[in-house]
Amino acid sequence: VIVDLEKFILEERPHWQSLEAVLDALERDPESRMSLDEAKRFHYLYQRASADLARIMTFSGEPETSRYLESLVSRAYAEIHETRDRPHRFSPLRWFFTTLPVTFRRHIGAFGVSLAAMLVGFVFGAMAVSLDPGAKEVLVPFPHLKGSPSERVSQEESVQEDRLEGIKMQGAAMYMTHNTRISIATMALGVTWGLGTLIVLFSNGVVLGAVSMDYILAGQARFLVAWLSPHGVIEIPAIVLAGQAGLVLAGALIGWGRRATLRTRLREISGDLVTLICGVAVMLVWAGIIESFVSQYHEPVLPYSFKTGFAVVELILLVAFLTVSGEKGTSHDKK
Amino acid sequence: MTRNKAGSGASEGRGGRARSLVIITPEGIAFSMLLAGPVARGSAWAIDLACIAAATVFLNTLIRALGPIHRDFFLAASVLAYFIITLGYGMATEWYWRGQTLGKRLLRLRVLDVQGLRLRFSQIAVRNLLRIVDGLPGFYLAGGLACLWSRHAQRLGDLAANTVVVRSPGIREPDLERLLPGKFNSLRDYPHLAARLRQRTTPQEADIALQALLRREDLEPQARIELFAEISSHFHSLVEFPEEAVFGVSSEQYVSNVVDIVFRNSSVAAARQKL
Repeated sequence: VIVDLEKFILEERPHWQSLEAVLDALERDPESRMSLDEAKRFHYLYQRASADLARIMTFSGEPETSRYLESLVSRAYAEIHETRDRPHRFSPLRWFFTTLPVTFRRHIGAFGVSLAAMLVGFVFGAMAVSLDPGAKEVLVPFPHLKGSPSERVSQEESVQEDRLEGIKMQGAAMYMTHNTRISIATMALGVTWGLGTLIVLFSNGVVLGAVSMDYILAGQARFLVAWLSPHGVIEIPAIVLAGQAGLVLAGALIGWGRRATLRTRLREISGDLVTLICGVAVMLVWAGIIESFVSQYHEPVLPYSFKTGFAVVELILLVAFLTVSGEKGTSHDKK
Repeated sequence: MTRNKAGSGASEGRGGRARSLVIITPEGIAFSMLLAGPVARGSAWAIDLACIAAATVFLNTLIRALGPIHRDFFLAASVLAYFIITLGYGMATEWYWRGQTLGKRLLRLRVLDVQGLRLRFSQIAVRNLLRIVDGLPGFYLAGGLACLWSRHAQRLGDLAANTVVVRSPGIREPDLERLLPGKFNSLRDYPHLAARLRQRTTPQEADIALQALLRREDLEPQARIELFAEISSHFHSLVEFPEEAVFGVSSEQYVSNVVDIVFRNSSVAAARQKL
């Protein structure tokens, strides 16, 4: 039997329009909840559209109508057959104090690899500069760090007035956005089976190691610590966390020792990736503010002991946050 | 067409690439979604870029107007706003409109979970965050190549997020009354052969005949004759009607008669013919 397309469309179209209206309403307001009668009606319309689709595909039909029905059924299918946990109403505090640290600890191995990649880069950069001071020209990409550390320190410490007056907020915004972009790239490069992530971590470590050794060799270790540590104790772990996210992605792509399919593995970690990278963004917002408002001021404006002490407190709080916070989290977060 | 155990699969196009994503529901209904290619997706993204640019210009103008109040604060706000708009536009619109940005809405594209399920925010976030890699080394080269090579036309962000971009066509009813204006159909005098013709005609063949009739006015005269000769010869080979049923019937009229039989309710059409 061949479907009389004209009659078929005329008879069924009101039902399709009803289903489309329900779907449009759901899409306009995702938070809306249906009553039992509305849900029954929605299910009925879905089944009717599915039956219509089966009819029109079994028998000869007009492809445009088939495609329209397929689109309609697929939208309804997505609403009705979604069996994964519906995300509960987002609670920023719960996310920050429980979900983020629990997620970090769940992938602690990836964090270890990420940290190791950066440390290897750090040692490489430090050794390169200690063996060949000229290597700084090649390894350090920032022009203002290519000069003599001693000259810079004496210049910075001779400043009496606030030379960053009127540009501090812009500076903070630039640090936040630039570092967040780098972190997102570090995470996203996990899609290259982790190779890109490891290269970014290694190269960041090389620059850090080269600059650090340059200042240490010039006898400016105290300045270096006071300059870098107030923001660095948050910013550097943030980059390592971004590397952790990238390696989590790489781990899911490679799937060593896992019997789950690639789709399942990626589905399992997508929430964790977003949690980690959002955590990194929060850390970098803080680091950007500190870098602009604290790190760029030196003695005699800000005593080095204050800056170093501030960094120590930050580091202790960060370590405590990542290792202890969320211990009493729900099983859902620890899953 | 291939299907996997997860309830989804793909119908193959040229070069092993899928043209559509096939999803089989627990009710046993299989439906397919047309996958959007790189050109359609690129066009949608161009529209989105224009929206991002417009939003940025508007915000910058606003901030510049407020600048004299606290220059440092408003310039910082400008930097942050640009960053948030470029990064958040795709995420916010795809989350709010369930897989559609403004560009995708205009071009009737939609991001879909690869198994047809509802999109989760983490999927939207991951596919948008990975744009940074898809854009490497420039002009979306990595993403474009991935889109061309991947089975479901996925860029790297889609692969990581388990998403695909599909086309959602709107409904368009064929105007059979205009197409088949109630002329005598000699084939209807042989109902058993007409039934066999309906049985043997696939939806694709029926569609070819219907589309040829819909577009016949656009064809050059010679091309029109050749096309309908070819189509009618194919339908002749499916079912052979007696000589008196096809005598003096042109190829185009024969195809028109076939479409009438395939698409119209036989009893209604027969009654109309008797009138």
